[in-house]
Amino acid sequence: MTAGHPDAFPLTRHSVVRAIASADPEARAQAYDAIIRSYWRPVYAYIRMRWRRDPADAQDLTQEFFTRAFEKEYLARYDASKARFRTFVRTCLEAFLSKDYDAAHRRKRGGGARIESLDFARADADLAAHLRSDAGDPESWFRREWTRALFADAVARLHAECDAAGRPQAFEAFVRYDIDGPDAPVRPTYAALARDLGMSVTDVTNQLAWARRTFRAGVLDAIRAFCATDEEFRAEARDLLGATPEDAR
Amino acid sequence: MTWLSDRALGHLKSMADLPDFSATRYDIEEEIGRGGMGIVFRGRDRELAREVAVKVTTWPGADVDRLRDEARVLAALEHPGIVAVHDAGRLPDGRAYYVMAIVRGERFDERAARVTLADRLRLFDRVCDTVAFAHARGILHLDLKPANIMVGPYGDVRVLDWGLARLGSDPGRPITHMAGTEGYMAPEQARGIVDERSDVYALGAILRGLVAAESALPSRDRGSGVPATGRPLRPLHSIVMRAMAEDPTNRYADVASLAADVRRFVDGHAVDAYREPALERIARVGRTYRTAIALVFAYLAMRIVLIFWGR
Repeated sequence: MTAGHPDAFPLTRHSVVRAIASADPEARAQAYDAIIRSYWRPVYAYIRMRWRRDPADAQDLTQEFFTRAFEKEYLARYDASKARFRTFVRTCLEAFLSKDYDAAHRRKRGGGARIESLDFARADADLAAHLRSDAGDPESWFRREWTRALFADAVARLHAECDAAGRPQAFEAFVRYDIDGPDAPVRPTYAALARDLGMSVTDVTNQLAWARRTFRAGVLDAIRAFCATDEEFRAEARDLLGATPEDAR
Repeated sequence: MTWLSDRALGHLKSMADLPDFSATRYDIEEEIGRGGMGIVFRGRDRELAREVAVKVTTWPGADVDRLRDEARVLAALEHPGIVAVHDAGRLPDGRAYYVMAIVRGERFDERAARVTLADRLRLFDRVCDTVAFAHARGILHLDLKPANIMVGPYGDVRVLDWGLARLGSDPGRPITHMAGTEGYMAPEQARGIVDERSDVYALGAILRGLVAAESALPSRDRGSGVPATGRPLRPLHSIVMRAMAEDPTNRYADVASLAADVRRFVDGHAVDAYREPALERIARVGRTYRTAIALVFAYLAMRIVLIFWGR
């Protein structure tokens, strides 16, 4: 498994949810890679927060959960009529943790496949502040971390598309304004970006507009990849991106 | 993989929710408001090189008819207190939108908190004027509240969010899409029956907020040098009570009557909604005409002095 490698992003993506039940082993393996990439952080955060496991234990359990999910193919049993895929993954995790924890614990020192690309140190640093403040419930964490992984995936895809389209400055402007900007003491203005990137303000506006459109398409594509039906996609997109008409009334 | 902070994630989420206007002449920049039916963005009209506000339905396919109706209502109302609509249409994903002039300023209640009672009542009068104009063209607002009124830097008032507005030419006709805001919505509106007096009720609720803010202030902090100050607030309370009467037949018949009574209060005259005791009337007349009375007394004093001087 090669989860987490930035070069692994295809520019177009088929439904991961359909591919995990595919007869083609290669398609199944790619689908599991995509699932690990999007879900390892929420799974790890969930184990740390809800099950209160120490980092070493939680890392082993996260590795074991995905390894066994791949070996035993239990994610392929997903039924879209019963729940969203995100909910199904969390339910599988709960079942794994409650039933298989001891077995996983026994196996942890003994090996089994390891997913080498998971940056647990970074995830622990991010979790630390929240664990101290005890802010938020594990359910919210699972959802938020999944959203974060999904958006990071879309950023990586945007990077790939900018390179492919010969528009590296669009990605640079996007990173500086839309990713780093919200945390900067003073957000850079379009004029400052234009000066730094050697473009006109109009060009910055146009490049950012293109990058944002591409990013949005990437986010929707990523959401769609983890949904089995159009209804699920619409519900998930509404849930993640904004108020639903039903909620707002 | 790029790590996204909570702030960056929040920003990207709102940005990913931006509708795709690439097929239009407008660039969408950022969200500036969100309501039950749509989201309002600040945008830019590339052709005319000017800032605009763009209201878009929250999700493809939802509320398309309501947004179109709102745009048509606004287009039919050409008044300084009502924002002008420039354009309307549908996006490829099915969302409906319309484009309007961008409104600058602050919320009515925020401005009201910083000015004297007399100035608040003058702003209120402009709101009434706008609503009365709409009523004259057969349109009811039905969601009047401070959050839907903006005040510009020069005291210019804009009444926003005509999403519930409907033709009032058929009073008593039940409305099917029931909505409004608790505290501002007339009792009969909750039952699906509306006419001009439903908006009178909401205006009464807004006026109640203005009076309550004044009542809460120590007298030394109230405004000075304006006709309305120093006068007991009982007449204003009575105006509020009449505007917000449970039974619509006991309210002002229309917004113009409500506004006229408030103006009478501001000008120091007796108001229709309040039966004034004799002593209070004398005090009010004294305050209202104090300059004239002072001149008369000065004249009389001078005559008396001249009479005694001539002896």
